[in-house]
Formats: sequence, structure tokens, C-alpha cells
Amino acid sequence: MFRFTHTPIDPQALRAQLADPACGGYAAFEGWVRDSHEGMRVRRLEYEAFEALAVREGERILAEAIARFGVAHAACLHRVGELAIGELAVWVGVSAPHRHEAFLACRYIIDEVKQRVPIWKKEHYVSGDSGWVNCERCAAPPAHAHRHLHD
Amino acid sequence: MDPLPAGRLAPPPLYGLVLAGGRSTRMRRDKAALAYQGRTQLERAMALLSAHVARAFVSVRADQGSDAVRARFAQISDAHENLGPIAGLLAAQAQHPEAAWLVLACDLPLLDEATLTHLLRARDPARTATAYRSSHDGLPEPLCAIYEPRSRAPLAAYVAAGKQCPRKFLLGADTLLLDEPNPRALDNINTPEEYGSAMATLTAESSATTRHITVQYFALLREQAGRREEALVSAARTPRELYAELAARYPFTLAPDVLRVAINAEFSEWSTPLADGDAVVFIPPVAGG
Repeated sequence: MFRFTHTPIDPQALRAQLADPACGGYAAFEGWVRDSHEGMRVRRLEYEAFEALAVREGERILAEAIARFGVAHAACLHRVGELAIGELAVWVGVSAPHRHEAFLACRYIIDEVKQRVPIWKKEHYVSGDSGWVNCERCAAPPAHAHRHLHD
Repeated sequence: MDPLPAGRLAPPPLYGLVLAGGRSTRMRRDKAALAYQGRTQLERAMALLSAHVARAFVSVRADQGSDAVRARFAQISDAHENLGPIAGLLAAQAQHPEAAWLVLACDLPLLDEATLTHLLRARDPARTATAYRSSHDGLPEPLCAIYEPRSRAPLAAYVAAGKQCPRKFLLGADTLLLDEPNPRALDNINTPEEYGSAMATLTAESSATTRHITVQYFALLREQAGRREEALVSAARTPRELYAELAARYPFTLAPDVLRVAINAEFSEWSTPLADGDAVVFIPPVAGG
């Protein structure tokens, strides 16, 4: 289950959905809003998603994790809209017969989501500036042009 | 200036003439003023012609010179009455005897660039005229044809002999006849029914070359476009062409090589052909998590 929400994420409720008597391991990842980014002090964040495609791509990632690592259940919930420092931006949970594959699948899902799912993050800095992460430096600067490689 | 080498003459200038002096009797409306896709037939014909000739004129009857549709173009007035289209050509040749004349009727709404280009490329200035062979009856089409300066004397003699059919003139003259690249291009329209049918054909052709596309914008592109979504009619054939079209309109800073493309909410290629009704999204570098 891959979904978006405009309201605060409740990890306890999500965790309950993954409960399964056949599972002996549960791993979760929580992504929190941090107060700095590359030396800039962040005041708040804004997330935006192309939900129609993002849900499809997110579901594909979950299905890949289940097929690749043999876990029983996998889910991911991502916030959109305005978020304050410390809020939960993304939650990933996996339950599996054993802990090893649960850890691997959890790591796989969050890494792939960050790379592939059309979600964008705008940071509002304490300085008053703001910027779309990974986008602003892609802009061809007029004077000293260099190509920015995404990580 | 050096004289031209013996045996070689400078080619005659090519002028254009759109015949708009007809009476439109069967149409019961001025055919030059009939509109197709927002432009009058006379404007369409003059635009097609002007791209290929040194000067373009509209041929008018003496009493038509000031009407609104014709007044904005350079004109040549008929000197003969009740002679039909041949009067326009005679008047043009009298005014510029040194020129070859590309003559077009004003009731050929389906005339296309390809038909005109083929006529010009195949033209043989050593012949009296270059014309198309009708796809309907095999006879010469006199009103989308090039009349060389050498046609002037035989044409004057033909009229002096009491004849006025330009098709028969071409049949009896040294005319180069070509096959039409597009068999409907020279269909002329004479009745309101034919006008309706030509309009329908043009509408169908134009909808085959443009598409209704919805574009949704996200994140930085949304801010730079100043909108979340728009519906457009575009001639772009691929997302690559569509992005170039939009980048000319909006201050986009993201180059295509950092973007991905989605069509109908699925990842796609920049070169995927766009279809009517497609919903396109250009995806800036993502930053979830």
C-alpha cells in the first residue's frame, strides 16, 4: 500500500496494519523534517506530488521489494503539503518472517522512493529564501554554467 | 554590366495572379470572400502564391477594385468584359509582358503547397505553359498553371478568333502537362454544398496535424508556468517538441535532460508520438523522502 496524506502520519496505526502471525520481524523507517540542508537553516517544508503517477510507481516499488526480498507485507505513506520541523514526512514499514529481509526491504523501498517517485520538496529557509530541492541547481546559470549531477 | 552570353536569356520574372473577378453565380456569394478556418479564400490563395513569386496580384473586374476583400492587394483590372478568366490573364500580360504568370483560380480551397511546389519544379520555361492534367477528365487545368511570356501572342490570337476557353487554349498549345500529386487539390467549388464539403475536409486535415493536449505542471515548473494545468491545441508531435513550444512561452530554467516525461500518468519517452487527448506532465528532478 503506497499512499499520500495531507494530515500527520500516525506510525502506530500503520504498524498495526502489517501485523501477521507468520511474521517474526518488523522494520520501519521514518523520515523527519530536519532543520538544515546543505548549510542552510530550514524553517519549514512543502511537499508536492504528481499523485496519479506517484501512487503507481510507489506500488511498483513495494511489489518489487516483496518479490525481491520475500517479505510478507510492505507499506509506505508520504506527506504532502506544508510540514514543520520535526514532523514525519515519510513512513515505510515492512513485516517478514525474519528480521534480515525486513531490514533490506525497508532500505530498498525508501531508497527507490527517493529516486523514482514524482514527489518534490520545497525548502523555506530561515534566511527567507526558498528553493525546490534538486531543481534550483539544475537551472542553467547564466554566468558560470556547470551541470549538477543528482545523487 | 556584362551582356548575357549569346543564346542565353535571363529567365523571365515569375509573377502571380489570383483570379477573383468571377461572378460566383452558382454559389450566390462572392467566392473570394468565403472563409475557411478564419481566412478568406482570396487571402489563402494570395498567401500560398506570394511565397513563390516575385510579385502577386489579384485579378478583378473593373467595378470590383474597391471592395473590402480585394482592396488590400495589388490589382490588375480586366480590360475585356464577359470573356471569363482569360480576360484576367490578358490584362496581366498586357501590363507585364516580360513576366511568366502563375495563375490561380480563387475557388481552390484544397490547393496545397505540395501541388504548387511540384508545378514550379516541373515547369519548363521553353514550353508555352505548364499545367496539371485534371484527375477527373484528363484535360488541362488552366487555373493552376504557369503561362510563359511566349504564350502572350497565341493567347491574343486565340481571343481575337472569338474563342475564350482557356482549357482548349492549353490543349492546342505547347503545354507541359503534369499529373497532380494530390488528386483533390484542384477541386473547385461552385455551390454551397461544395463549400461545406471543402470546409469539412480542411477541418479534418487540420485536426490530423494538431492535437488537444492537457499539460499539468508541478513544483518549479508550476511556479514558472504560473498555472497548475492547461489545455492546448498543439502541432507538437512529441513531448520534446511540446516542451520546446512551452519553453518559448514560459521562463523555464530546467533543461529537458534533467526532466522526465509522463503521458497519461505513465512514464514515457521524449520521442513518443503524442495523440489527441493526451495528458502530459514534465517531471522535474524528484526529492521525496
